[in-house]
Amino acid sequence: MDYLLTEEQQMLQELATQIAEERIKPVRAELDEEERFPTEIVQDLAQADLFGVIIPEAYGGLGLGCLENCLVLEALSQACVGVATTYAASFLGAYPILLFGSEAQKGQYLPELARGDKLAAFALTESQAGSDAGGIQTVAVKDGDAYVLNGTKQWITNAGEAETYTVIAITDRAKGARGASAFIVESSDPGLSFGKKEKKMGIRSSATREIIFQNCRIPANRRLGKEGQGFIIALKTLDYSRPGVGALAVGLAQGALEESVHFARQRHQFGTPIISFQAIQHMLADMATEIEAARALLYAVARYIDSQPKDFTKQSAMAKLFPTDVAMRVTTDAVQILAGHGYMREYPVEKMMRDAKILQIFEGTNQIQRNIIGQALNKEFSKKGK
Amino acid sequence: MKIIVCIKQVPETQEIRLDPITHTLQREGVKSIINPFDLYALEEGLRVRERQGGSVTVLSMGPPQAVETLREALTYGADGAVLLSDRAFAGADTWATAYTLARGISKLGGADLILCGKQAIDGDTAQVGPELAAFLELPYVAWARKLTFVESEVLQMERLLDHGYDGIEVRLPALITVVKEINEPRVPSFKAKLRAKSQKIPVLGLQDLELDQNQVGLPGSFTQVVKVFPPPARGERELWEGAPNELAQRLWTRLQKLKIG
Repeated sequence: MDYLLTEEQQMLQELATQIAEERIKPVRAELDEEERFPTEIVQDLAQADLFGVIIPEAYGGLGLGCLENCLVLEALSQACVGVATTYAASFLGAYPILLFGSEAQKGQYLPELARGDKLAAFALTESQAGSDAGGIQTVAVKDGDAYVLNGTKQWITNAGEAETYTVIAITDRAKGARGASAFIVESSDPGLSFGKKEKKMGIRSSATREIIFQNCRIPANRRLGKEGQGFIIALKTLDYSRPGVGALAVGLAQGALEESVHFARQRHQFGTPIISFQAIQHMLADMATEIEAARALLYAVARYIDSQPKDFTKQSAMAKLFPTDVAMRVTTDAVQILAGHGYMREYPVEKMMRDAKILQIFEGTNQIQRNIIGQALNKEFSKKGK
Repeated sequence: MKIIVCIKQVPETQEIRLDPITHTLQREGVKSIINPFDLYALEEGLRVRERQGGSVTVLSMGPPQAVETLREALTYGADGAVLLSDRAFAGADTWATAYTLARGISKLGGADLILCGKQAIDGDTAQVGPELAAFLELPYVAWARKLTFVESEVLQMERLLDHGYDGIEVRLPALITVVKEINEPRVPSFKAKLRAKSQKIPVLGLQDLELDQNQVGLPGSFTQVVKVFPPPARGERELWEGAPNELAQRLWTRLQKLKIG
């Protein structure tokens, strides 16, 4: 399908594909098996200027938008979602600074993130605060010209690898949803430590750890936005980042489809390639159709976001929900088509199926995405007075 | 530090086909790439620039479409590119190619360091680098696998041999050919890709280089390809590793089996 991408967008896509083919594909199985963080690939992505995609040119980035970000993520995740998640999570950590940072904060943090000299991470989730972000326990107490943080964040992508963390903590519990604030915490801050690296089902090259704050003292000028704006910052960040998860899903599903078609053309049973059987053809046809539908939705939403609408929460949720459900189905079917081979780690599709599951879970479970879409529909119709 | 990296546009090897009559490479419809060894030379040039300062210019002799190969080299971060191209250059052997490149480098004002890949994957002669050094009257070191500056104009390097390496010191200006062990080439950068798209790549021909047409191309060549054939198979080989006594035992058993012992 031709999505009428500009020459610049195609160049970006080609570059990401080159890195995926030359640098990621040859090592993805090894990274997964050894649960090894892709340090060298992060350096390649930095060298390629790809950590700057969404960062404005004034801060050393490429000044591009949501669509370009999605194109890169899709190309990378076609080879490995684990690596692409590491990359995407840095943007997730950068968005709060990009969207709500003061000039001084942006000037200090964005250039080094754009260069890929430093990685970022976003810390919202806690053991008692997953889908219900209101349940967070981590507190930040103002003390003179500083804030003192205490608490534990859980399952934070890039924790222990990143240098720059955007953290949501409670500053005034009595104020409920307006009682949280966002902060920039640096890995070298006193009182900050990391838990052990979690052992995961998929995306095993990405690093997931706890972040522990024990009287972690940071200068007051590290607060992002106003006190009490924490949840707004978190929600807005997720609005921007969710299509990125959709892009991971489209790339992953495309990778799984290509493995499936390739295999079905090679594999002979009953004296003929299995792609000649309708049972296989129909599965492949459904996979290809669903992927194209997911991609079309993703690009449409990304372009809509780039047109700077006021509210795009519903569309952003759709761009995460649909592609990630598609990726789960497509990768499961890919394993089915490769069958015995597909179940073996020697072939890439079992990893793809394991990697797919997280996409339905992180950055808001797909059940939460349906809540968001449902609530938005209710609100739209109540406004219309119907 | 002025660095020139010579690169060659070559057909991607998996798709190589020979013309059965002329014995030359069929290039139509075959994807062209930068000769892989030249990418290592380019990477080393970029690394020298990062450490010592200066500029990296990529140079190639070839048909007009070789400009795309030079443009690709710019996406890795080279500062400039120059193509030597003229109908008169066609059919050049390594001598005539090196002669033309030497004149091109002189026209560009020479260089402190000239880097080449150890050989091209199509012709496989490994002659253009040394010939170029001879024409330019520069010291030449082949097969560099490591390159270190000990003074601003003195390089120490390891020259890769079959069973080890030579340590060599050379004073610049010099020409060095590199092997793939020397580095891991970087990926292109998006900003360089954007710049490369519109960057002007000068094309110098026979007249620009003030060359006589009998010195270049087919007339300036001493050699001609008369026959191309696949090399005879080398026979089956095995590499065994292990403790000496085990290996000796294994060898003895095999020799007996082969009825040699």
